[in-house]
Amino acid sequence: MLTVGLTHFLVISVVLFSLGMYGVITRKNAIMVLMGIELILNSANINFIAFAKFGNFGLQGQIIALFVIVLAAAEAAIALAIVINIYKNITNINVDEIDSLRD
Amino acid sequence: MTVYDIIFYLFAAVTLISAFFVVTNRNIVHSAFFLLFTFFGVAGIYVMLGADFIAVVQLIVYVGGILILILFGVMLTNKIVNVEIKTGTIHALPASIVLGLFAGAIGAAVLNTNWKVVESPDPVPTTAAIGSMLINEYALIFELLGILLLIALIGAASMARR
Repeated sequence: MLTVGLTHFLVISVVLFSLGMYGVITRKNAIMVLMGIELILNSANINFIAFAKFGNFGLQGQIIALFVIVLAAAEAAIALAIVINIYKNITNINVDEIDSLRD
Repeated sequence: MTVYDIIFYLFAAVTLISAFFVVTNRNIVHSAFFLLFTFFGVAGIYVMLGADFIAVVQLIVYVGGILILILFGVMLTNKIVNVEIKTGTIHALPASIVLGLFAGAIGAAVLNTNWKVVESPDPVPTTAAIGSMLINEYALIFELLGILLLIALIGAASMARR
């Protein structure tokens, strides 16, 4: 049980995903939600690379993880641009108070 | 326990403890700095899995790029009078109950599944192989990602300047 195998990496990934999801759900600030999304993407990457190693899939899992990192960078840039625009318009980035589309 | 196991548990502890502080700390700037340790821990886990190139990319892109972007986002969206930038929390109790159940269910599924593990060979340097795969099998996706990054760059710049 103490010898590190595939399940150890998967359990770490599960816990990291849950923590990221907790951040996305509970934090008010939009930037904190973004940090939660980064944690979720990291946990997905750990899964990809762990299965690539222990399933002996060669380098394909690592390349998919590389693509995920690139997508995360693009997503962070776009999301921060949107957040800055929201802040310019209503001087507030709390996700539970941005509800002008609801009216 | 071998040295490998001890180093693994060290990186796992760094990752999970700092991730816990990221999502529970009330100070956004402190959360951002704990996120730094999380990214370092995940990079260490990549190294434990024999993915040296991905680990370095993780450090460069996440720590050098995304974390700086997030810190600038924090600074541009708050009226800064001191370093105490707080954020509130909503639905903390139901979220922790539901996600505890979720983590328990998925964790039980992971632990009870009989994974077919193939003995993988010893880790070898992967950078050259990844480079040749990116310009052979994955050439189209590689080019598309380049276009995607360009579009994201233009879009973000034009949105933030308006």
